[in-house]
Amino acid sequence: MGEWWTTVPIESSLGNFDISSISHATMSPSKQNNLLSMYSSLSLSKSSYSVISAFCTEDNIPQCISYINQELASLGLSSTCIEASSPGAAGLNPVPALNATYELLQIHRRTMCSLEELEREQLKKSSTLEHVQMNNSRLKDQLELSIREKSGLHEMERQLQLKIKTLQSCLKTEKDEVQKLQNIIASRASQYSHDAKRKERETAKLKERLSQLLVDRKDKKLAIDVLNCLGRSDGKRSHWKTAKAAASHEGEMYKSLLSDYEASQRSLMLENAELKKVLQQMKKEMIHVLSPRQPSIRGATADDSQEQADSDLEDRAGDSSRGSLDKSCEHAREQLTNSIRQQWRKLRNHMERLDSQASQVQNQLESNKDVISRETHEDEMERMRREVQQCKEFIDAQQQLLQQQLNTSFDDETAALLNDCYTLEEKERLKEEWRLFEEQKRNFERERTNFTEAAIRLGREKKAFEEDRASWLKNQFLNMTPFTDRRRCSSSDGQSALSIRSEPEMRMSSSKVQLPKSSTYTSFSTPKPAPSATVPSTTELYRTLRLIPDPSSTRHSSHGRWHESSTIEDGESQVKAKSRLRCGDLSIFSLGEDENSLT
Amino acid sequence: MNFSEVFKQSNQLCKVSPDGKYLATCVQYRLVVRDVSTLQILQLYTCLDQISHMDWSSDSLFILCAMYKRGLVQVWSLEQPDWHCKIDEGSIGLVSSRWSPDGRHILNTTEFHLRVTVWSLCTKAVSYIKYPKACSKGIDFSRDGCYMALAERRDCKDYVSVFVCDDWHLLRHFETETQDLAGLEWSPNGCVLAVWDSCLEYKVLLYSLDGRLLSTYSAYEWSLGVKSVTWSPSSQFLAIGSYDEKVRILNHITWKKITQFEHPSTINNTKAVVYKEVERRPVVSDDLSLHNITVGTTLFNTQSKYEICPLPVQIPVVKPDPDRANPKIGISSLAFSADGRYLATKNDNMASVAWVWDMQKMNLVAVLEHTSAVKCFQWDPKHPRLALCTGNAKLYLWSPAGCVSVQVPAEGGFQVQSLSWHCTGDSLILLGKEQLCLCYMETEQEDK
Repeated sequence: MGEWWTTVPIESSLGNFDISSISHATMSPSKQNNLLSMYSSLSLSKSSYSVISAFCTEDNIPQCISYINQELASLGLSSTCIEASSPGAAGLNPVPALNATYELLQIHRRTMCSLEELEREQLKKSSTLEHVQMNNSRLKDQLELSIREKSGLHEMERQLQLKIKTLQSCLKTEKDEVQKLQNIIASRASQYSHDAKRKERETAKLKERLSQLLVDRKDKKLAIDVLNCLGRSDGKRSHWKTAKAAASHEGEMYKSLLSDYEASQRSLMLENAELKKVLQQMKKEMIHVLSPRQPSIRGATADDSQEQADSDLEDRAGDSSRGSLDKSCEHAREQLTNSIRQQWRKLRNHMERLDSQASQVQNQLESNKDVISRETHEDEMERMRREVQQCKEFIDAQQQLLQQQLNTSFDDETAALLNDCYTLEEKERLKEEWRLFEEQKRNFERERTNFTEAAIRLGREKKAFEEDRASWLKNQFLNMTPFTDRRRCSSSDGQSALSIRSEPEMRMSSSKVQLPKSSTYTSFSTPKPAPSATVPSTTELYRTLRLIPDPSSTRHSSHGRWHESSTIEDGESQVKAKSRLRCGDLSIFSLGEDENSLT
Repeated sequence: MNFSEVFKQSNQLCKVSPDGKYLATCVQYRLVVRDVSTLQILQLYTCLDQISHMDWSSDSLFILCAMYKRGLVQVWSLEQPDWHCKIDEGSIGLVSSRWSPDGRHILNTTEFHLRVTVWSLCTKAVSYIKYPKACSKGIDFSRDGCYMALAERRDCKDYVSVFVCDDWHLLRHFETETQDLAGLEWSPNGCVLAVWDSCLEYKVLLYSLDGRLLSTYSAYEWSLGVKSVTWSPSSQFLAIGSYDEKVRILNHITWKKITQFEHPSTINNTKAVVYKEVERRPVVSDDLSLHNITVGTTLFNTQSKYEICPLPVQIPVVKPDPDRANPKIGISSLAFSADGRYLATKNDNMASVAWVWDMQKMNLVAVLEHTSAVKCFQWDPKHPRLALCTGNAKLYLWSPAGCVSVQVPAEGGFQVQSLSWHCTGDSLILLGKEQLCLCYMETEQEDK
């Protein structure tokens, strides 16, 4: 279109175009601005050019110019005024003319554009209008149709209503009819029964009358003709009808009734007994079926023991009921039925349990084909679970540590907080360890004190021993001299003094620590040459080694010797006597003890 | 199975004596007594008119022949053929005559049920019992013969009188709670009396011998009720057949219903065996005709046999006309086997079918479907064996072991209308319209 428009001005002259547009406006008010009409208008404008070429002639140029100017002014283009290039000349000033033409062309194009738009819109509108009209008509049709339908339905409804009304009335009449008929039936029935009764009475009366008449007539024919009378079938003579006979009849009747009742009771009793027997047997069998399996199947759970007790109880009850079977009293029966019921319940439970067990076994078989028993399997599972748990904990701890490290690198405060959190456990552990350590420390302290004490004691003892040894050596040395006896006494004196002093210590050490004692032994074993120095005989040696029984004489002698010492040292004598009494022949020990006490 | 030759009889009057030695048959106005084993005629008595009823006395010494039209009863002695006795009821008429259990008294019910006349053959004495009720089963003697129960109607109310049969002493007289008593029956042990109402109301009452009401049973209301009632031989059960095609079994302790046997038109109970009678024309194939010739039966009769039908089985049902009285529907016949093990029933709208129920398992055992309606069935008094007839020339037998149909080899179209067992269970009396014939069962000795 645009192309077309651009080509148009080239083809036609400027003035012609204007005129054609005017003519267009005046002559062809056709709405349809299609291509064809455009062509037609174009052709028209072309032809019109020749027709109205008379507008501007050589003569009326100024008029024309003024006219056009007026026109332009009326169009609002007053600024551009076409002027003649020279007054009186035929030429036009080209600039304003061209401007005006341009303006006009612009206006024209705009109008054409708007026209086209309008036309398009017009087209659209018209089409929509058509559509709407169509729609409208259709809707109108529909409306009409629905109105018609509605009226039809209304009509139908009315008819139905009418029908309903008639039917209701019908029903009412029918009901009335039924009621009436029922009434009629009832009245007829009563009438019938009444009539029947009346008739029956009448017939009864008639019968009475008839029999009366027949009796009155003394009907000769009514007779029995027997050659000779027969005897009774039972051979007895017939009896007179007496009260006694009547009474006997009554009695007999009651007897037969009674016998019948007795028979029925007997049969019922028998049946009852049979049933009881069956019940009993059933119960026994139930017990038999249940009891041997109970312990094997169930463990030592509480309810089992309960049930066991129950079964025992039932057994007892069963026995009692068995005993009272013949009594057939209420109580026994109740007991029996109760026990049966209980047994039955148990049996049912048992069966259910068996069922569940069977299903379990099946499940087991399905689940683990290999021979791992359930317990080991579960244990294994538990262990693995624990391991997994531990591993998880380990991983967690590691993660925590890592995080701690990371945290400390960038955030001190949070790290501290986290550290606090993380180290809380650690602290606890440390605390625990610290406590243990403290305890150990205390133990060590105690031991150390003990040890130092023992060392001190040992030192003291050592010192004493040294002194002792020195004195003893001195004694030994002196013994070699002729003044043995006197020296010995004095030495014994010294010994006793020594022993007395060391006694409490000895006790303490012996009671408390073993080591010092052994040390004392060792220390006292050192003076071995001492007995040899005292020159004991071989027999004495043997005796001390208990290789030969010691003769009483030697013992006496030794005793005598020890008595001497005992007389000297009082405090110890009792203990020694005691020990001697206790030990008797264990002279080596007593000797040792004595020696021990000596040291 | 053997058959005797055919004898004449009339009115289907043919009875074996209670001791099983004699067979009495009536032919028009003659009474013929035969030996059962030889069928030789022992005695022949001539009555005054055509005999309408005949009965043996309990000691098998006397036979009663009643001629209702003439109002006459004649009694014959088997031991003394020249002894005779004639009882004339005169103008009052006679509708029923029966022996008392001792065999020395005859009870005659007069027309219009005016009274029951008791004639003594010992003393010629006559006594009357007034107001007997006109109903299907108004008189019943207890099994031991001591007591008689009689239904009475006075002032539009039902009563029951219990008499001592020994001297006709009225032992008890009590009103029953029935609208219209239809029947009564002693239990086999003679201690309970079952009384039932007419079909308009389902009501069964049980009275003790001394007149106390033991129990009342009613299965439903507003519909036709009881049609038949039977005691089991042990007095343990009371079977009640009703118009709703069901049999209800009451027990003897609580008198409540134990079970009920339904008679459905479609049988799909797998425990029951359905025997269906299938007829075959002998001319159809050569095999059968040859077979027939070898068997030696009549060629013109149709062959039939039972076939076991696969379940489910549809039973032909005839819908009764609801507008007519006494509709052909419901259980009309009930019979316990001698040992009380089985119960046979017949439902009227399935007339061709007999049902056998097991009383121990309380279920259906067998269904016998026939080509025509069952006329009569009776249990063997010694064995659990049921004999049936359907009004054709065949005898049907059922036992727990199986089912068989036998052609009666009698000439001239012998149609079995009714049958009765000999008391030993060895033979069976088949009654046709005008004839009778004996059927001997194969006993075990013969088999060996």
